[in-house]
Formats: sequence, structure tokens, C-alpha cells
Amino acid sequence: MSGESLYPRLEPLLAQVQKPIQYVGGELNAQVKAWDDVAVHWALMYPDAYEVGLPNQGLMILYEVLNERPDALAERTYAVWPDLAALMRANGVGQFTVDAHRPVRDFDVLGVSFATELGYTNLLEALDLAGIPLHAADRDETHPVVVAGGHAAFNPEPIADFVDCAVLGDGEQAVGDVTDVVAAWKQQGRPGGREELLARLARVDGVYVPRFYAVSYGPGGAIAAVTRTRPDVPARVGKRTVMDLDEWPYPKTPLVPLAESVHERMSVEIFRGCTRGCRFCQAGMITRPVRERTITGIGSMVDQGLRATGYEEVGLLSLSSADHSEIGQVAKELADRYAGTNTGLSLPSTRVDAFNVTLANELSRNGRRSGLTFAPEGGSERIRRVINKTVSKEDLVATVTTAYANGWQQVKLYFMCGLPTETDEDVLEIAELAVEVIRAGREASGRKDIRCTVSIGGFVPKPHTPFQWAAQASAETIDHRLRVLRQAINADRRIGRSIGLRYHDGKPGVIEGLLSRGDRRVGRVIERVWREGGRFDGWSEHFSFERWTAAAAEELAPLGVDLDWFTTRERTQDEVLPWDHLDSGLDKEWLWDDWQDALSEEEVADCRWTPCYDCGVCPTNGTEIQIGPTGRSLLPLTVVGR
Amino acid sequence: MARSPEGPPPPPTVQKLRLRYAKRGPLRFASHRDLARALERALRRAQVPMAYSAGFTPHPKISYVGAAPTGAASEAEYLEIGLARRCDPEAVRTALDDSLPPGIDVVECVEAAEGGGSLADRIDATRWRVELPGIEPAELESAVAALLAAAEVTVAKRTKNGLRDVDARAPIASASAGGAAGCAILHVVVRQVTPAVRPDDVVAALAAVADLRPPSPPRAVREAQGRLDDSGTVADPLGPDRAARARCQGEHAAV
Repeated sequence: MSGESLYPRLEPLLAQVQKPIQYVGGELNAQVKAWDDVAVHWALMYPDAYEVGLPNQGLMILYEVLNERPDALAERTYAVWPDLAALMRANGVGQFTVDAHRPVRDFDVLGVSFATELGYTNLLEALDLAGIPLHAADRDETHPVVVAGGHAAFNPEPIADFVDCAVLGDGEQAVGDVTDVVAAWKQQGRPGGREELLARLARVDGVYVPRFYAVSYGPGGAIAAVTRTRPDVPARVGKRTVMDLDEWPYPKTPLVPLAESVHERMSVEIFRGCTRGCRFCQAGMITRPVRERTITGIGSMVDQGLRATGYEEVGLLSLSSADHSEIGQVAKELADRYAGTNTGLSLPSTRVDAFNVTLANELSRNGRRSGLTFAPEGGSERIRRVINKTVSKEDLVATVTTAYANGWQQVKLYFMCGLPTETDEDVLEIAELAVEVIRAGREASGRKDIRCTVSIGGFVPKPHTPFQWAAQASAETIDHRLRVLRQAINADRRIGRSIGLRYHDGKPGVIEGLLSRGDRRVGRVIERVWREGGRFDGWSEHFSFERWTAAAAEELAPLGVDLDWFTTRERTQDEVLPWDHLDSGLDKEWLWDDWQDALSEEEVADCRWTPCYDCGVCPTNGTEIQIGPTGRSLLPLTVVGR
Repeated sequence: MARSPEGPPPPPTVQKLRLRYAKRGPLRFASHRDLARALERALRRAQVPMAYSAGFTPHPKISYVGAAPTGAASEAEYLEIGLARRCDPEAVRTALDDSLPPGIDVVECVEAAEGGGSLADRIDATRWRVELPGIEPAELESAVAALLAAAEVTVAKRTKNGLRDVDARAPIASASAGGAAGCAILHVVVRQVTPAVRPDDVVAALAAVADLRPPSPPRAVREAQGRLDDSGTVADPLGPDRAARARCQGEHAAV
């Protein structure tokens, strides 16, 4: 029987693995619907460990949206750790959902959300454990349709052989359209088999079906052309954009796991999109335009979510939360509402700006002021102009000093290294900055125990950004710059002992770069790595750089390209990029001009306040910026815990 | 500039409640930390007026006693909570039980009697029921006899500091075999010692003395926890609180 629980066979295996609770489901607010009551069954996967995947907002939103439909059900599945995977293979137990422990193989659709490309090997592992053929071409009409979503879906070419389709952009409405197509096709008796189903899906807005597009390559290794193989699919696939976030107050009842997860708090998305124009930031480019949730919409989501979960902390999420047009009022009124209830409020994503300290003070009015995070991203003023995240050194030091003076003991500063045009000097300025921050901070706060943590990672150029043409810095360059930075920070121990340095070596970034800007030829590398045991590539204890480089060398050599060709090579303006037929709404010429502006260290303004349609998103997609202020305020209500 | 919380200190504890709860079904795989998190969130959802510790990160007043290991089910887990406002114990039990996921079930709630001593002092042993699928009752019976006959049975136990040898025999107060064809059941009373001897360790001891090796993992249920009395019975740790309550009500009735 289809959809039958694997739990009786799974249970004896769980007694033999680490953290078995992550596989049993039963989370607060989880839903299990009867299999036979619905037409379309969705398995939603986050291709990483449960503790990372469970808090993912995207998956939680789609889970609720789909389960609200009377004709559909959605269950969740996560990457299985190698200890359980080995037992499952030995005992013939397939990849299962955590909700009702149903075999993933039995579902109509397997939707996989890729926040990062390093989840690709986990996709292959899940397909194999599920008993679904790895290659889309080998599947028949009884297999689930494998759909990729999330930011990495804006260039799904490296996994084009393994997925049946990719959904570009916001998923809330797209999953409904896909459900309608699958339901109709099943109800009609599956006419035309899998090919017909995929052809119908290819006509849904935002759905890209790689098999209907042929890629040819030129003599230099670059793509010659991408052409559709059917006249009834779009030449370019556009993205989906949800307008009016107040109409989509999801998740309404966030999942609360029994197991510990990476985010022990509830999140409310206060706006989507960002037009700050940071040139390295893929999220800021592909999620345009800015769409705010109103203050009252935020207030009711916070209230409803806390009642439904019992969480003690609420994070106000977005790409740059302090930019919400009514954030000051939101912070004050929420802090008023939850005063005396042991409920914490936080703004996880902050730019370097004195206003952010004021906000953080408001949110932590009577709580511990442990750590505050800022993201200058670039070490020198020059490099910050290149990346279009302009803040002067004086303002940066002044902001951080204000934080210390207000009782914050620790400030974390995020940076990237390996940015286009960067030199050792740009990175060394991070050390100068940290030293100055500590000096000024000690003076302003009158304390010696303040700390500054510098967190730094290698920059990976991403598709659909002005840096999509840039040469990625090699692992050696990154490691060299991190080394000189560490030496500079440690030069003066009296100050250096107050500065922490957290960094990742350059190797994983090179592989992420290959997967980010790769084309269909990279699929062979991914498959080879998975066959040789590659899993959980986002985890340093599982990631093997040697396995990736060896596989890349062997699989790419016959095709006349190599790892460097995909990573450290700068692209020219006329090169056909693997994702050119996928439309994020951004005008390619605008991106190129912005890339040229970056090279000449010229800044670009935020279009939120000064109307500008240069990037192309609003006119192309028929969308518009939606921001306040609304002038409304939160109504008093009785809150939990008082 | 060291900051300290503004305003008055949090209200004191005015009532202590003691709860017995069960972990059942798939939730036997929850660890103690998982259960603690779930209980704390459920207390918030149920709007139980918890008392909190002072300071910048106030913690609700909860103390846990003798948590069952991950993978073992239990009918007898205990915790004590401090309330800032007096509540009807049964109302708290219902509200909390409704707020918890199925599989974590609050079975009983009584008010702690004044001067009756701590809950931890009333617990020093567990009665376990261990299902051994694939083992015949007769096999288990002779293995249990061999175990009880031994003076000492050393088993290797995984602890935080690596493998460690412990004597699994000494803490066993009593053991017997039961069950039906195809699935023997071990009934065993184990004293709570440090390092703890758990059902897995008892099963390992049976393997050591009688080569009893279950083909699939045993399933353990903690049936009772409490003080082991001279007759070998595990006493109900909430008994004294319940008795004090009844006495108090009796006095009220007499007046």
C-alpha cells in the first residue's frame, strides 16, 4: 500500500544511532493528514541535518501553505546522517518523512530547498536512499517529480541531470500552481506519462524544466547557446514574486522540535527583498523588490507565534532588519508589549549604523546585553566602495564604541576576504579597525573586559550579481590573507587578547564557487564525489577538498575545462553564462554596468527612497516596492507569560 | 558600566508542585535535554505562573529528578516546579498535559508537603521492564539465574570519558523473567548508583554471564521510581505529599 509507515522497521535502527529524536517527528505543530484523502502528496526536503533544516523558514512556510489545501498534504524529510543511512541500506529501509514516516518514493512531488549549493551531495544521497533513480532521465511516471527551490535554484544547472524542475523565486503561490497541474494530470489518468506532466509544469510561471533546454558549448569551453527543445516552453524562465506579505502570514504555527536546533527561537519575517545594492549579495539581488510586512501584520504574527510555540525569543528576520520603514516603532511597541514576560526580541541582521545600537538597546531594555553583530563586510573604505557597502572608518568605530558605552560587552564584526580588486592591505585594515575599536571601546565604557570578534570568510561570486563575472580568489590567496591578518591582530598582545578571530579556510569556498557558477558539466563531478562517499559537504568534519579536486580533475578534463576555469577565471561581457536563460528580473546590462562601477569604486544608491527602475526587476515582473510607514500602531493585548 | 536589571526582583515561590510524567512511543528517543526544553516551552504555552530566578537571564524554577536514558520509555519521570501564584494542582496537570506533544504525558500533579523533604531523597531505585524480542522466556530465565548467582559482573560502559568498566551486578536488587514465546520480558529493580547502571548494562551483563544476545535492540520501560524499601518494593515518591494533603483535608473536614 502506498504511503504506509516505515516506523515499525525504522524503530529498531533508531536504538543504534546518534540523536535518534531527530528522526521521530512529533514536533509541536506538525501535521499528519490521511494519505488517501488528498490528490497530491508533497515531500519537502531540507538537504542538511535536521537540526539545521528544521528551523528553515521557507520549508515551514510551504509545509503550512500546502497542508492548508484540502487536496494536498506535505510532510518533511531531512538528510540522514551516515550512521543511520548505513543501517537503512542494510535493512532495506528507504528515505522517509519524519511526520508519518512514509517512504519518500511514494510521494508525487519531492521539493528540495537549497539555501546553499553544498547540499547537492545530500540530494543524491536522499534520492538513492529513497530508491528514486539519480538521473531525471531514468525516472518514470511512478516516481516523484523532483523540484529544486531556494536561492541556489537560480542556477540549478549543476544539478540539472538530477532534478526534474526548479522553481525560481517565492514559493508560496508556485507550490499551489504545481499542485494544480499534478492533481489535474493524475485525475485525467496521467496522459502522456512523465514527459507530458513535465511539459505542463514547464508552462507554469517560474518553473524551469532543464530537460527541455539543450546546451551547446563553444571551442573555448564556454557555452555557445542554450536553446529550448519544445516550442511550448518559455525561452527564458522568470521568477515568482509574492506581493503583499500581510496576505501571507506564514508560518502561523511554527514547528517546535524536541531536538535541539541551530535556532532556538521563533522567527518573523518583517520584510522580503533588499535594495541596498551590496554587490556580493545574491539574496539582495534575486529577491527584489522590497516588500514590507506592516507593523500590525508583524505584531499579530509575533503574538500568534508565541502562543503557538512557547518560545522565549523572537527574531525579526529580513536581509537588513533595521531598514524596515517603521522599525523604531516596531521595536518600541513590541518591547512595551512583552515587558516583564521573559520574552526576548532580537534583530539578527544589522548594518553598521548608530541607529542599530538604539534599536538593540530598545529590544534588550531589561535583558542581558551580551553580543551585538555588525557586518561591514569589507576591511577598507576602498573595498567597501567596491562592494557598495559604504561606511566610513570613523562611523564604524563610533558605532561600535557606542555599543560598548551602552553596556554591550561583545561586538562581532563580519567580513569577507577575496573580494574583487582586494589586496593584502585591504584585509590588514581589519586588524587596525579591531584595535581601534577596542581602544575606543575601553575608553568609552571604562571596562577592560569588552571583546571584539572578527569573523571572516572567503568570498564566493554568485550568479545574478554584479560579481558574477569576477575571478574568485584561490584558496591559497584566501589562506595567505587570513594568515597575515592573524599576525597583525596578534602583534600587540595587550589589545590582541581582546580580539577574537574566527575564520574558515579557503578550500570549501572554492568548491562552493564551482557549484555556484557551474554549468551542467559540473553534475558529473557532484555524482562522482557522492559515489566516493561525499555527504554533508557543509560540515568540515565530512567535507573533503581532495575528493572534490580529484573528481573535478578527472571528470572535467575530457571536456576541456577544469576547476580553475569555473572559479578563478574572470568572465567577459559577451560570455553566455549558464543561468542567462533564467530571469531574476535583473537586466544583464545593468549588472555589467554595476560591475564596471565596482571596478572604478563607484557607489550606487538604494532605490527604495529615490524611485529608480534601472535594475529592471519592477518593470520586468510587474512588481513594485511596498514599504510604509503605515502610521498604524500595535493594539494592546493580553500576552502569554504575564 | 556594569548594568543590572531594573525594577523589583521577581516574585518568590509560593507553591511547589511535584509532577509525574511519562515518555511513551517514539518519544522514548528524546533525551533529558530535549524533554526539559519541551516542558519549559509547554509551561509557557499553558501559562503556568512560574517563579523565576533573578538576574538578566531569569530561569523558571524547575528541578528534574533522575531522568531516564535516551531510548528508554518511562511511566515514572518526576519534576518539581515553583509557582509565583497558587494554583490547583489538577488544573496545572491538565493545562500542561494539553500543551505537550502526545507521548509526553503528565500523569499526576500534587502539592509538595511543607517540611516533607526533597523529592530526590525519596528516589533511589528504578523498576524496569525490558522487552527482549527474539528471546524465549526460558532462555532469559536461566540467564537471569546465572546473573543473580554471580557476585560481580563487569561490563564496559560508554561514559563521557570513554569506555569504563562497571559492576552491573551489585546494584541489582531483584530480577525475574517473564513474557511469551518470541519475546521474553525482564523485570528488574536497579538501585540508582554512580555511574548509573541502565537497562542496556543489565542486558550486557546477561550476555556476559549467559551469552544472551537479543537479535534486535531491547525496549526498556521505567515502570516505577522511588525508595527501595526492605520488602524490595519501590515506594511511590509522591505518596508522602498525597498523604499530607489527605490529612490536611481530613482536619478541615473535622473542623
